[in-house]
Amino acid sequence: MNAVVSESNDWLEIGKIEDIPKLGSRVVKRAEGDIAIFRNSDNEVFALLNRCPHKGGPLSEGIVYGKTVTCPMHNWCLGLNNGEAVAPDEGCAPTYPIKIEGEKVFLSLQQQNDCEAETE
Amino acid sequence: MKEKLILIGNGMAGMRTLEELLKLEPEMYDITVFGAEPYPNYNRILLSPVLAGEKTIDDIILNSREWYAENNIELHTGSVVCEIDRVKHSVKTEAGDEFKYDRLLIATGSNPFIIPVPGHDLDGVIGFRDIADVDTMIQSSKDHKKAIVIGGGLLGLEAANGLMIQGMDVTVVHLLENLMERQLDAPASDLLKTSLIEKGLNFLMEVQTAEIVGDQRVEKVKFADGSELDADLVVMAVGIRPNIELAKKAGLYCERGLVVSDTMQTFDPRIYAVGECVQHRGNTYGLVAPLFEQAKVCANHLATLGYGRYEGSVTSTKLKVTGIDLFSAGNFKGDEDTEDIVFQDPKAGIYKHLVLRDNKLEGAVLYGDTVDGAWFFQLMREATDITDIRQQLLFGQAHLGNSGHGGQNVAMAMSDDAQVCDCNGITKGEIVVAITSKGLFTLDDVKAHTKAAASCGSCAGLVEQLLESTLGGNYTTPECKPVCKCTDFTHDQVRAAIRDHKLTSMKMVFDYMEWRNSDGCHVCRPALNYYLISSWPEEAVDDPQSRFINERAHGNIQKDGTFSVIPRIWGGKTTPDELRAIADAADKFDAGEVHITGGQRINLLGIKKEELPEIWDFLSERGLISGHAYGKALRTVKTCVGSTWCRFGTQDSTQMGIDLEKLSWGSWMPHKFKMAVSGCPRNCAEATIKDFGVVAIESGWELHIGGNGGVKVRATDMLCRVRTAEEVEEYAAAFIQVYREEAHYLERTAPWLGRIGLSYVKERILDDEVGRKALHKRFLVSQKIAQNDPWKARAKGEYAHEFTPLKSLGV
Repeated sequence: MNAVVSESNDWLEIGKIEDIPKLGSRVVKRAEGDIAIFRNSDNEVFALLNRCPHKGGPLSEGIVYGKTVTCPMHNWCLGLNNGEAVAPDEGCAPTYPIKIEGEKVFLSLQQQNDCEAETE
Repeated sequence: MKEKLILIGNGMAGMRTLEELLKLEPEMYDITVFGAEPYPNYNRILLSPVLAGEKTIDDIILNSREWYAENNIELHTGSVVCEIDRVKHSVKTEAGDEFKYDRLLIATGSNPFIIPVPGHDLDGVIGFRDIADVDTMIQSSKDHKKAIVIGGGLLGLEAANGLMIQGMDVTVVHLLENLMERQLDAPASDLLKTSLIEKGLNFLMEVQTAEIVGDQRVEKVKFADGSELDADLVVMAVGIRPNIELAKKAGLYCERGLVVSDTMQTFDPRIYAVGECVQHRGNTYGLVAPLFEQAKVCANHLATLGYGRYEGSVTSTKLKVTGIDLFSAGNFKGDEDTEDIVFQDPKAGIYKHLVLRDNKLEGAVLYGDTVDGAWFFQLMREATDITDIRQQLLFGQAHLGNSGHGGQNVAMAMSDDAQVCDCNGITKGEIVVAITSKGLFTLDDVKAHTKAAASCGSCAGLVEQLLESTLGGNYTTPECKPVCKCTDFTHDQVRAAIRDHKLTSMKMVFDYMEWRNSDGCHVCRPALNYYLISSWPEEAVDDPQSRFINERAHGNIQKDGTFSVIPRIWGGKTTPDELRAIADAADKFDAGEVHITGGQRINLLGIKKEELPEIWDFLSERGLISGHAYGKALRTVKTCVGSTWCRFGTQDSTQMGIDLEKLSWGSWMPHKFKMAVSGCPRNCAEATIKDFGVVAIESGWELHIGGNGGVKVRATDMLCRVRTAEEVEEYAAAFIQVYREEAHYLERTAPWLGRIGLSYVKERILDDEVGRKALHKRFLVSQKIAQNDPWKARAKGEYAHEFTPLKSLGV
C-alpha cells in the first residue's frame, strides 16, 4: 500500500481537488471494485462504488449535475450524496466518506450508507 | 411568512396545478385544498372501467392522503366552500369555517346536465360524474334489471357499456340521428352503432324524453312521440355544465364558464381558475389533456415565473369501450374550403376520414383501425405541411418510407403477455398496469416507469396507443416538447436564442433562458454543447463534461466498460500497410475481437480505457486517424470500386467517396451521419439508405438525402442531379450545414426531413444559389476548427486525466 495516512488509519489521501475535473469524475482502482470520485460545480466531492445498481455500468463515465450522476449505459440517475437511484428507478450504490483538507482529498473505505451492493 | 394559497376543488385539474407548482416552487405557499367529495384526488376518467368492473376505486386514486401530508398540504375532504369574500380575501365553508387566502385557485369542475323534465328528481335518476354515481349504478344493477341511458355521446355510451357488463338490460336513448355526433361523422357513427348492438346494447334514436314516471323510484320513461319504456335506473348523460355557481356568487365574470385569460387568471387577478369550470377564448374543455396544459401555465404564474401562456388546445377523443376502436380529432366535418380523403371498408368494419385545409391536416375520424391516431393528431397540432406525403397519408406512418423493425402495431388486438418493447422486454399487461396504478398520462411517464420505448423508441407509437386505449382521449402529448425538465423551452426556441442573441457558453444559455437547474442535466447539456459549437464554431468552447462518454473518450463504450477503436479508412479504400498497422495494434493491445464493420472499416474491440492513448499513438504514427465511429458526427463514406475497375462503373466513385470524407470528417452533427457513393445505378454501395447518398450516372451524379437503415428503414429522397464533382461537394456541404444548423439534437436526417419536408430542403439548396454557397462556406469555416484529429492530440498527452486512474490501491 502506498496510501498516505492522515489523522486516523481510515483516511487515504487520493489526490488534489483540481485533479478531478469539475462536473466530472476520476477512479480509485481497488481489487474489491473501483471507486468513482466525483466533483460537482460547488466543488463538493463524493465517492460511490463505480458500479450502477442497474447493470453494473461505470458511473465514473456518466454526466454529473447538481448532486446527481447519470449512468452512461441506460441513463439511471443516482444521488451522489446518498447513492440512491432517482425515482421511479429503485436501487442504490454504496457510498464512501470523503474529507477535504485544503487542496487534498481523502477517502475512507468504510462504506457510508447501508446499501448492499449487488454482485453480478 | 408564506403566502396562503387555497384550492377549491380537489379534482384532476386543480391538483395537477399544485403538482406542477410544487415542482417549480415547493416552499412558496401554505396550501389548503377543499374537496366536496369524501375522497382524495382520483382519476375521474377511469370511472368507466370501475363501472365495468375492470378496476376498483383504490386503483384510481392519484394522490393518497399521505401525499398531501408529505407535501404539507392541508386537505379538507367532504367540505363544500359556499362563499368567496373577495374584499376580505377569504372563503367560507358550509360548516361555517372561514379561511384567508393570498391567492385563490378555483377548479370546481362541472356538473352533469339533468334535463328538467317532470320526474327528473325521482330516486334512480342520476348523472355519471363521480364515485357516488358509480356506486349507485353498481348497487342498482344488483337489485334491478332495466336501465335507460339518456344521451348517446361518449359518456353515455361508456355508462351504458358498464351497466350492460354489470348485467343490466340497457337502452340508449339519443335525441339525434347519429351517436357521438360531436366526435363522429355519419359513416363512423353507423359502424359504431352496429358493433354496440352486436355487443347487446339497445338503441332508440331520434327520440326526445318527455317525462320520467314513478312513485318514489323511477318506473318508466315517456317520450315525446307518445311511446314509453320501463326502467329501474335512468342515467342522464346529455352533457356537462361548468360548475360556476360559487364564482358567479362571488361576482366573478362568467359566461358559459368562468372566464379566464391566457394566464389562467379570472377578472380578479388574485383568483386563478383551471379545468372544466373555465371558459378560455370562448371554449370550454371536458377532456383531461387541455386541463393539464392549463395546469402547467397556471402553476407557472402562481410560481411568479410569469412567462407561461395558454393558447387553447386541439383535442382528440377515444371511446373506452373494450373491443371498439375509434379515434376522432379536430375539425372532422370540414366545410366548403376543406378537402376529404376517405377510406371505407364496411365489411371489415374500417373507416378512415381525413380532412385537409391548405395541405394541412385539420381533422380525422378513424374507426376499426386507429393505429395512426396519435400520428395524425401530431400532424394536426404541429400543422405539418403534408404535400410531400399526401399520397401515403391515409395508409399511415408505417407506409412512409419503407419498412423496418416490425414488431406489433395494433395495441388493442394484443394479449396482455404480448411484448410491446422488444428492447427491454416489457409486455402490454405491465404497461397497462403501470398506467393505471401509477397514474401515468404521457409517453415520458411510461418510459420512466416501465422503460418501454426508452431504448430504440420503435414501440413509442404502440405505447401511445396503449395510453389512448387505457385513458381514452385523455392521455396527453405536450403541445411543444421542452428540451428537458430544466426548461419549458423547445429545441427550436433554444437554438434561436443561441443564434439570435449570440449566446456562446452554456452559462449564458442557463442565465438568459432561466434554466431551472444551474448545471442543467444529462439530457440538455449534450444538446446545448452541440448547439453552441455548431452555431458559434469560432467562439464557443467545447465542454468535455457535457459530452456523452463515447465522445469524451473518443471510443465506443462497451457493456463491460472497455472501448472500441475504429480508425478512419478513407472511402473504404485501404492499403496493406494500413492493414498491417491495424493488425499489429490488435496484437499489441490484445484486442478481444476484430470485427469488419458495416461501413467498410475495422473495429478493434475490448481495449482498456487506460490504453487508449497508447493505441492511438501507435496508429497515429502509422498514418491512421480517428474514425469518429463513436460520435454524433460524420461516420463513413461507403463506396464501390467504380469506373476504375468495374465494367459497369460510370464514374470514379471511390475517389468521390474519399473526397467527400476528406471534406466532412470531424464535423459534429445532431446525430450520426453516413454517406455512400455508388459508381452506377446498380447502387452496390447502398447509397439510397444513407443520410447523403451519391449515385454516379453517365452524365454526372445523382444526389439523394434523408435515408437510413436502423430502427425504421427509410429510402432516400432524390434531391437533384449535378454534373461535376465540385458541385457534388458544394451540395453535400450545404445539405450537411442546413442539417447541422436546424435539426434538433439526436434527430437523424430521416425524421428531420419527415418533419420539415423535402420541399423545404429543395428551396434552401436548389432554388437559392446564394444561400447554398453561403451554407457551403459556413461549413468550411466550421471544419477548419473541427478537423483536428482527437486521437493524435490525446496520444500526445491532452486530457490525460481522462485516461488515468486518480489512484491505484494495491492493484
